Amino acid sequence: MRRAPLLPALISLALSSGSRAEWLQFRGANAAAMGTGQPPAALQATDIAWKTPLPGRGLSSPVITAGKVFLTAASGPDQETLHVICLEEATGKPLWERRFLATGRTMCHEKTNVAAPTPASDGTRLFALFSSNDLFCLDFDGNLLWLRGFTLDYPNASNSLGLASSPVMAGGVLVTQIENDGESFTAGLDPATGTNLWKLNRPKNANWTTPTVWQDPAGGPPQVLITAHEGVIALDPKTGKEQWSLPKPGTTIPSGAIGSKYFAVPRPGKGLAVWHLAGGTTPPELAWESAQINSDTASPVLHGPHVFAINGAGVLTCAELEGGERPWKLRLEGPFSGSPVMSGKILFAVSERGLLQSVDTSTAEGSITGKLDLGEAILCTPSLSGPSVYVRSDQHVWKIGK
Amino acid sequence: MRCVPLLSLTFFLLPAIQGMAAPESLRSLLAVGPEGQGNAAAAAAWKTLSAESKADDIPGFLGAMDEAGPLAANWLRGLVFTVSDRAKSAGKPLPTETLTAFLTNRSHGPAGRLLAADLLQQADRSAWDAIVPSLLNDPVPALRREPVARLTAAATAAKDKAKLREALGAARDEDQVRAAADELRSLGETVDLPRHFGFLMDWHLIGPFTNKGRAGFEMIFPPETTLELAASYQGKETEAGKDPTVHWQKWTCEDEFGVVDLNKPLGMLKEVTGYATTVYHSPEARPAEIRLGCKNAWKLWLNGQFIFGRDEYHRGMKIDQYRFPVQLKAGPNVLLVKLCQNEQTETWTTKWDFQLRICDATGTALLDPQRPPTPEVALKGKK
Repeated sequence: MRRAPLLPALISLALSSGSRAEWLQFRGANAAAMGTGQPPAALQATDIAWKTPLPGRGLSSPVITAGKVFLTAASGPDQETLHVICLEEATGKPLWERRFLATGRTMCHEKTNVAAPTPASDGTRLFALFSSNDLFCLDFDGNLLWLRGFTLDYPNASNSLGLASSPVMAGGVLVTQIENDGESFTAGLDPATGTNLWKLNRPKNANWTTPTVWQDPAGGPPQVLITAHEGVIALDPKTGKEQWSLPKPGTTIPSGAIGSKYFAVPRPGKGLAVWHLAGGTTPPELAWESAQINSDTASPVLHGPHVFAINGAGVLTCAELEGGERPWKLRLEGPFSGSPVMSGKILFAVSERGLLQSVDTSTAEGSITGKLDLGEAILCTPSLSGPSVYVRSDQHVWKIGK
Repeated sequence: MRCVPLLSLTFFLLPAIQGMAAPESLRSLLAVGPEGQGNAAAAAAWKTLSAESKADDIPGFLGAMDEAGPLAANWLRGLVFTVSDRAKSAGKPLPTETLTAFLTNRSHGPAGRLLAADLLQQADRSAWDAIVPSLLNDPVPALRREPVARLTAAATAAKDKAKLREALGAARDEDQVRAAADELRSLGETVDLPRHFGFLMDWHLIGPFTNKGRAGFEMIFPPETTLELAASYQGKETEAGKDPTVHWQKWTCEDEFGVVDLNKPLGMLKEVTGYATTVYHSPEARPAEIRLGCKNAWKLWLNGQFIFGRDEYHRGMKIDQYRFPVQLKAGPNVLLVKLCQNEQTETWTTKWDFQLRICDATGTALLDPQRPPTPEVALKGKK
């Protein structure tokens, strides 16, 4: 009699923190920045499960799947050595490392680095992109499956400040956004071979955002949403065909934020616009816009009925997706280069000074629930997998939580 | 006709890969091309090679890198690290003597020798330490870093000017050149960095032409069709009533890193295009590299041949930002640089300059025998 209630609970637990304990790309599934487990909100030093040294610089986020943690890094005088690293998720023990040499330009602004784009995974393969335009596909045992050198293919595709857009998987296609002042493009690649399925010429403007993926809750095919200075376009990931577009201003640094019905687009110096997604080729309708909600570098995140955004002063604003009312603001300790992520009602953000902070967004005015000083400059966006938060610096990667 | 390169490759590889997996597999790796061409065949070959190879096969893979392009070299790197990891896990040593022999054989190309050095540092640190001093003047610049660093540190501690000169002479990377040069200057020595790098210092400049709406990058102004230093042209009117006629003017750069600043002779202008030209005399026909640093939009021609252009503004500039392998002809070689300045008004968008040097593939300066002496001010360094 007493066992009966346990069964559905165990099944639920397995679904939420077992099979779904993974983080496959920048800001996780659909680049929506939403975890499924319950990482420690109190953020005590004792919550640090492990800390592992890294062989080079990087601000890409860890990818977690199949009991492994994957990272990228770059080292050498010109950051010409590209590292793909695999650690054991349970212990942080290094399992393998592969080193390659950059085939494209490695110059970047000193604040960023060549390992800025976060890898993506389709659950069986890892796709590791670097600012040098080198893209490597490996299996989870470190076997090389294919590679590309976009600068060899398209010699003017580069950004002297560094590229940072991360690849995303959508509809079985690997979408890579190489948008810059020169040979600017976004391409859909066959994840099995790395060859182009389609290549879309894009406006000649530097763009550091990462595409988001919208899964139409009505059951339509996924759409890849590209934000840029010129506005937003939605693409069919299988063909690269434009489904709809939104006018400028768009965003080139913080990425857009996706939910089931809404898409929030930062507007540099002009606040935030929230669009109501319609599906198919119907353009979204503007739900509201506000000059009071800014995302200077960190991308906003949508959760439930709210959108959350951190401005350049480190102030976290909560706004209602229906109508744009702002129930509360909360000052965090910034500045932030990485974007916030959420798991349930808890928001996690790590400052450039290495202070990981958690916020309970369900309270009337938002409340800080924990702070953990990691003691190193951190510019990455945290990753969430099951009950753990992962962050990395140029020197280390941490697992915080069970 | 198409068989010839393949036969040559097979002949070259056979001594290196005897006893290994089928050469066809290696050829699949070497055959990868642009836009993912050959990836599927390479993946299958890689899987076979990975499964069948042992640590003793690694030198053969390093040898294959001599024939590999940059993409194929990365396929081989992935293979070598996979095989070496497996050997390490099994407690089997890497063939350090063979790796040492490969590393010290300068007839091998940079990719394989660098990887041999990487493996040797992991497998036998003392063997690596013993080799380091012999790499001071190695043709692979990356192999010079550690011996240059060691020599600079020792010479600095001893205030040994001769050893610092030796370190400077061997250094190819900007940070190591600066370190040795700064130390020499602190000891009262004169250092000629423009000559060390081979920066071209003497130019003729003309401008401004227009770059309204950033259109100048694609516009063809007279210097792109005819280079006549005595000619004058209708330029952009930058001030009401000012004669817009533009002439070539001689300009000698006084920057120790060869930065040619068009703002100085032409004025702090916006939405403008300028040109710089010079003649470089090569004693012989030979391959060389033109290396450019620039944060404006630019185009480059050598002897009337367009080399490359980049329509990017104010994203950053560094020495050797762009590298172009070229073929110099014996005698005079004419260089033409087009330089566009855009409309931005922020303080970090005022630069309108470039730096250009001619060197060999290792970064060693190739000096024009008719090169004028370096200006005194450029010898003193930045205060």
